[in-house]
Amino acid sequence: MKHLMLAALLLPLTAHADDYMLTIRDHRFQPAELIIPSGTKIKLMIENQDATPEEFDSFSLNREKVIAGHSTATIYIGPLAPGRYPFTGEFHATTAQGVIVAR
Amino acid sequence: MFATAIIVFREVLEASLIIGILAAATRSVPNSRRWLVAGLLAGLAGAGLVAAFTDVIGSLASGIGQEIFNAIVLGIAVLMLAWHNIWMSSHGAALAKNAKSVGRNITDGNSECSILLVIVGLAVLREGSETVLFLYGIAASNDGGQSSMLLGGLIGVLAGIAVGYTLYAGLLRVPMRWFFAATGILVLLLAAGMASQAAHFLIQADLLPSLASPLWDTSAALPESGLPGMLLHSLVGYDSRPAGMQIVFYLTALFAIYIGMKWVARPRKSIHSGKGAA
Repeated sequence: MKHLMLAALLLPLTAHADDYMLTIRDHRFQPAELIIPSGTKIKLMIENQDATPEEFDSFSLNREKVIAGHSTATIYIGPLAPGRYPFTGEFHATTAQGVIVAR
Repeated sequence: MFATAIIVFREVLEASLIIGILAAATRSVPNSRRWLVAGLLAGLAGAGLVAAFTDVIGSLASGIGQEIFNAIVLGIAVLMLAWHNIWMSSHGAALAKNAKSVGRNITDGNSECSILLVIVGLAVLREGSETVLFLYGIAASNDGGQSSMLLGGLIGVLAGIAVGYTLYAGLLRVPMRWFFAATGILVLLLAAGMASQAAHFLIQADLLPSLASPLWDTSAALPESGLPGMLLHSLVGYDSRPAGMQIVFYLTALFAIYIGMKWVARPRKSIHSGKGAA
């Protein structure tokens, strides 16, 4: 396990990921719909402007990450097949909803 | 209130099932109960600390500190579960036959107990910190309805504990001749599932290639948001859309620990020939 992780850290990170940005404000995502290219890995930056923590959670993207209040988190996504991938802010799921559209 | 209960239930469930399995597996190890409670308390304290320093951990390693932290915690847990299972393979039979007298003779019973403490502590720390953050968020907001949401949180905690306890009580009813095989398999699958989760975090942080993402998609038939999917996720590491690398980690951990268990439990010829002569 440890060796595997060390090996992983030494892997050359050749793939260039494009940057995309989401903002959380008043427990809502902006934009609520983010369009990304399909078939390529992207880097998603999520800025939480609220004071309270939020958890970016998506079963369809197989991603989950806690974002502390007033901080920015980085998540790598894809490569995705074309389609719609909903996500929520699990801590405020009634308002914090969005979708990533891969084209 | 209902939504809150489900979120908290999901977090508590995983730790609760791990503790239920480990508590059953070590029931005849002397002093194991005391160590288990110590692990629980240490885990709760750790969860509070991790929650308080979420922003610090998150900003480490240019924004992927949380994934590295989770992968390391999971990696340690996998190693500890592997050690536990291999230790049990060599001592389990003796413990089953004569718990009391063997307990005094097993000099490394204490090391097994400290491993129990670490496994329980890490499980509570990892799942507990998210629960603490979530409940903190509720308590800090001013949009009313907090008391009903906190009540929901409490229901979630209690329901999670109840499921773990049910598994524990059920395992204790398994007849002795199957008991160690049953708990051994459960711990083995638990460890493999955690290895897969560790890979998942390293992929999310872009430290590992995903190989294929997803390798399959069973989210329509068995979604992880439903109770069966949730239980399977916690128990055997079920993932409805796993990356290929997660399966590599899962199978590697599964076979490595299994081979370790078989190796220490291999029949010793002298004992068997002695038995035959008597």
